[in-house]
Amino acid sequence: MVAVTKLSTQEVWALLDKVPDPEIPVISVVDLGVIRDVQWNGNTLNVTITPTYSGCPAMSVIALDIKTELAKNGLENVHLKTQIAPAWTTDWLSAKGRAKLEEYGIAPPQVSGGPQRCPNCKSAHVKKISQFGSTPCKAQWQCVDCLEPFDYFKCI
Amino acid sequence: MSALFEFLLRQGDNTLVLGHRTSEWCGTAPALEEDIALANTALDLIGQTQLWLGYAAQVEDKGRSANDLAFLRDVYDFKNVLMLETPNHDFGRTIMRQFLFDAFQVHWLTALTDSKDSHISEIAIKSVKEAKYHLERSRDTVIALGDGTEKSNVIMQSALEYLWPYAREIMSDDAVDEEIASLEIAPLPSTIHESWLQIVEPTMRDACLKIPDSNFVHNGGKTGLRHTEHLGHMLATMQVLQRSYPGVTW
Repeated sequence: MVAVTKLSTQEVWALLDKVPDPEIPVISVVDLGVIRDVQWNGNTLNVTITPTYSGCPAMSVIALDIKTELAKNGLENVHLKTQIAPAWTTDWLSAKGRAKLEEYGIAPPQVSGGPQRCPNCKSAHVKKISQFGSTPCKAQWQCVDCLEPFDYFKCI
Repeated sequence: MSALFEFLLRQGDNTLVLGHRTSEWCGTAPALEEDIALANTALDLIGQTQLWLGYAAQVEDKGRSANDLAFLRDVYDFKNVLMLETPNHDFGRTIMRQFLFDAFQVHWLTALTDSKDSHISEIAIKSVKEAKYHLERSRDTVIALGDGTEKSNVIMQSALEYLWPYAREIMSDDAVDEEIASLEIAPLPSTIHESWLQIVEPTMRDACLKIPDSNFVHNGGKTGLRHTEHLGHMLATMQVLQRSYPGVTW
């Protein structure tokens, strides 16, 4: 048996920031705000995850990807804990994550309930096509100026 | 069976049965956007089911899981209200059923956020965000179709007339509700009726639809006494894998 490599929690956070969201690979699970806590309990690493939408199928993939990434770095004894309270909110998206979303073509969430501007041509003239989109966390919008349809990350 | 377990089954069976019904639209909805919306709504409801039935299994403490409760029970063990097991029939009736449920669920879950049972309040805080979003869409769609063409108005009026006798079972109280209310786990469902009407009546007015003049309510779903013939057919499909290959996992 190989001796347990005990990375600092800060180093673990940095590793987790390399795990992409399986649906939106330009942001990490840390950017998404689903990682709530990282703590050592003896030789066990406890990682607390809060699901985005209660039925989001990406959550099981996220759990697997986290375990795989940590295992690659010698962390085998990992306990993933799911915590639903406090409930996940789009406020937990990191500033880096928001900027990356827009660059990728997904308008980041706004408290006003709709996108601030078209992620492609930056026009503020946008309209809603549908309240639901390609994943539970997104809605479909369209730019009235460049006519490009785009995903909007719902604000919850 | 403890009142708390029974109460949790009612919550979880409502979201499970409606979630499954809604998922039946996957790939066959009238427009791509609606297909996606229905599938996403179903997904939220199934996710909420995992929370409710997961807690139910924990409270029961007999080694059963949320999956066991969903897939290894038969018709008379289900505690969902009858409206949610009625067949989809057409898009109009599906969206009307969703609206009548959402209008209740938003107020109900909001009330449950104050539950003395912290696990229930956590589930409610999580679920109400999704329920509010569902209500926004189902209300808008009911109005758009009711106040749409002559044909769509007729379809929506007939949907409302079919569902109306079922709609208020969810707001009827029984001994379980009274025990749960006395423990301050949840208010009596009947206390939601007034705020439910405050959403339903103006929506029907905007949708140019007439609420039937009848107070008759079909009962028996939430107590498990008498389900419609439709639930058995639905479960035969939903549980087919466990019935054909008992205990199968992947």
